[in-house]
Amino acid sequence: MAPPSAQTSGSNKKAQLGRFAGYVFASAGAVIGALLLIVSLWRPDAFYGLRSMATDAASPVGEAGAATRTGSRSFFEAIAGYYDAGNKNAELERENEIARVRLAEMRALEQENARLKALLDLTEGEIEAIATGRLIGSSSASTRRFGYLSAGSNDGVAVGMPVTSPMGLVGRILEAGGSTSRVLLLTDPESIVPVRRATDDVVAFAEGRADGSLRIRLINLGINPLELGDIFVTSGAGGLFRPGVAVAMVTEITDDGAIGQLLSNPAATDFVVIEPIFEPEAVEAFDTPLLTDQAAEGNDSEPAPGDAD
Amino acid sequence: MERLNPSARRDQFGSKINRDHSPVLAYGIPWLIILFASLSPMLPIIAPVPILPPLGYLFLLAWRVLRPGLLPMWAGLPLGFFDDLFSGQPLGSGILLFSVTMIALDLIEQRFPWRGFWQDWGIATVFVSLYLVLTTLFSGAGLPLVQYPLILPQLALSILLFPVVAQIVSLLDRFRLTRVRKIG
Repeated sequence: MAPPSAQTSGSNKKAQLGRFAGYVFASAGAVIGALLLIVSLWRPDAFYGLRSMATDAASPVGEAGAATRTGSRSFFEAIAGYYDAGNKNAELERENEIARVRLAEMRALEQENARLKALLDLTEGEIEAIATGRLIGSSSASTRRFGYLSAGSNDGVAVGMPVTSPMGLVGRILEAGGSTSRVLLLTDPESIVPVRRATDDVVAFAEGRADGSLRIRLINLGINPLELGDIFVTSGAGGLFRPGVAVAMVTEITDDGAIGQLLSNPAATDFVVIEPIFEPEAVEAFDTPLLTDQAAEGNDSEPAPGDAD
Repeated sequence: MERLNPSARRDQFGSKINRDHSPVLAYGIPWLIILFASLSPMLPIIAPVPILPPLGYLFLLAWRVLRPGLLPMWAGLPLGFFDDLFSGQPLGSGILLFSVTMIALDLIEQRFPWRGFWQDWGIATVFVSLYLVLTTLFSGAGLPLVQYPLILPQLALSILLFPVVAQIVSLLDRFRLTRVRKIG
């Protein structure tokens, strides 16, 4: 059945004009959208303030949801534990998983320490967390992989800071609003992290693939030394992430490196820790610490994001 | 004189005597629902892959297909803007695609003025597919073409979800037209 013909204006001049105006307004909207899109593709940070404000305003919804998520997850785990003849299999399994990652990290740290001591006799203090928060949402309908974090500049969070969980690196702060901030997750295609193999000095870049895995690209090409199950940790190069945080485990070998599975699945984290930038001086020296997030040209006069409030 | 049918004074939207539709409900509900659906990234789903359907867009499609003319032609601008604030897409992608959708649906409707479940679903399928491919293109992620299949699960879910969304919209449409305003 055809709907009532409100759409056909016939010889009614007013209706014709109204219809024409509708098309004009809609086309104007499309043009505005196209222009904004070009601007925001050219300068991705152009509208960060606007989005942070919006996320701040909507964050109570997300906070409640995050609490529910954590609650319901433990509820299901309790049921799982009950079915496992009452032992705490689920919990132990998780602890074991963390312990395994920790072990790899420790080995990496040990080796890192030995190397540093041999070089410089350098002593390094414990890194203090800036803030802790929950991941309250993510861009789950978009190809970009952003997370929304329940801590913002009021808690001392600033752009560029690494976000970690007990299982390893989660991402880094991309925009900091008042009470929330946007996290560039490791699996975002724009995210690049300098990593090295936990057991030796095979250095590589871990790039996001938007599908939950990371592409590990070796810096020194040649015979691919990687094996399945290798664990990669941050190398500390670039000064943004402190060395020795677990990033990924190799699950598939490719020509120029490997495909790695993320060790710290953001979906399974209750709380994340925001750490200070590892070497702010080094980051400032680079002046483009977010590697690909900023336009390559015309950045010389801008302050480093580490200084931004 | 025979008695009036007792149901003559009422219909599914409530009493016809002394009551009228509320303009706030009648015109506000579609906007509110679409805006609410655009907030879906605030759901506590930390997805490692794009999996959640673009709910804001699906609700826009459903309202537009079910009630042509209810949303003004320019609705794509504000609704797309709000969607962009949360979706993770660069600002402007939603505004552009929502506006173009409004125009395209209007043109399609002139050509095919009929309605039907399969036709509506077909139109929604075409539009959602184009929308997802274009948002991936506009996302600024620079994804190589070989990786585009990663939106396929999301696409399948969106297409399957559309009839459900349309059903929700038609329920809300009934609620939208309830006579709640007292006259006199």
